Amino acid sequence: MAGSNDLKLLGMWASPFVLRVKLALSLKGLSYEYVEEDLRTKSELLLKSNPVHKKVPVLIHNGKPVCESSVILQYIDEAFAGTGPSLLPVDPYERAMARFWAAYIDDKMMAAWNQASKAKTEEEKAEAMKQSFATVETLEGALRDCGKGKPFFGGEDVGYVDVVLGGLLGWIRANDELQGVKPFDPERTPLLAAWAERFWSLEAVEPQMPDVSKLVEFGKMLQARQAAAGEGN
Amino acid sequence: MAGGGDELKLLGMWASPFVLRVKLALSFKGLSYEYVEENLRDKSELLLKSSPVQKKVPVLIHNGKPICESQIIVQYLDEVYSTTGPSFLPVDPYERAMARFWAAFIDDKFLASWLKAGRGKTEHEKAEGLRETFAAVETLERAFKECSKGKPFFGGDSVGYLDIALGALVAWMRTAEVRHGIRLFDASRSPLLEKWVERFGKLEEVVRVMPDIDRLVEHAKLREAEVAAAAANN
Repeated sequence: MAGSNDLKLLGMWASPFVLRVKLALSLKGLSYEYVEEDLRTKSELLLKSNPVHKKVPVLIHNGKPVCESSVILQYIDEAFAGTGPSLLPVDPYERAMARFWAAYIDDKMMAAWNQASKAKTEEEKAEAMKQSFATVETLEGALRDCGKGKPFFGGEDVGYVDVVLGGLLGWIRANDELQGVKPFDPERTPLLAAWAERFWSLEAVEPQMPDVSKLVEFGKMLQARQAAAGEGN
Repeated sequence: MAGGGDELKLLGMWASPFVLRVKLALSFKGLSYEYVEENLRDKSELLLKSSPVQKKVPVLIHNGKPICESQIIVQYLDEVYSTTGPSFLPVDPYERAMARFWAAFIDDKFLASWLKAGRGKTEHEKAEGLRETFAAVETLERAFKECSKGKPFFGGDSVGYLDIALGALVAWMRTAEVRHGIRLFDASRSPLLEKWVERFGKLEEVVRVMPDIDRLVEHAKLREAEVAAAAANN
């Protein structure tokens, strides 16, 4: 199948990790077939394509599966290097910085948010929120110091870190209603708040973003399910 | 970057497997650098300034600019010194994606389970961690088969990104074997990986930087005693 670029994305509409991949494909101007998975009845194709984690997103390129959102983003950037803008910078040091902040978003910021959502007592919740906010403040600092007044983490144009963080924006807005928390509060983290507005309204981004009211509904359903399960996870 | 003015400094701690990853990468690339041993209970100004977010080792400082996180540092070295020594990541984008996928698995699943086995709060948690670690080993055995394609290393004929990522944990694994009799990569569960560990450990570039196992065993005993004492005092 010489020269064909058969792209298929296995995803789930509410997943921020899947959203990252959709955003990258959109920014690159790449066409693909999207397959919505029911995560409670995973398809043969999903199980075969991601036998290790059995999770979405999975990008299948000419029949070969790539898994894990950050791996997929870098793959798209490299396999389609001549198409559309580059996600990662050219300079190795700046690439290292981009990878660092992307890892920070996943390993520290998201981990803190997950802790906060699992907190059972008011005390635990307050402590977790404090930790959570500290990570957001660090990210604000990154945008200020590395961004140096430019509109995006990637500089003048959207880059890798913007996509990694951008994938979370739907849930960030939904959590405002679900938990009464504004993770990117314009008073406390003005740069991130402005970045969020700017990113969301990009032509290549807006159509991809999920319906926040649907996310809120989904979030409420998950909360109810968790409460019913008693202990939760 | 031909010739002089290329200054590499590594802030590390002798027992850290993450620091060892960077030492291995530097060793395979044949690069000279200044090594600074940090006292993690009394971190230097330089460390705090270079790694303000995590305050951890390893930190590689290249011509005054700091890079943090072991896997990020190894990729950085591979990209900057692309014509020096072997390339760690393959050329083909799909194979690079495979390497990154397994590197993430090594840290997020294999290592995470192992830490749970060692540091779990209850016996139940520790036992669960150990089970998960063995399951991860079986998955890694399959990964080795896929990536090596019959060749001696994850990287093929020569050492690659995954050999370094996993190879740096070998010293810790040997320590666990000495202390607890637990052999993670054994002939019945993971015959290919068992042979790979021997092979990797004999490489000149590895012998050069591998920490002394007896010293690691003593260090592990001390740390465990400290943790137990702290728990008893709570």
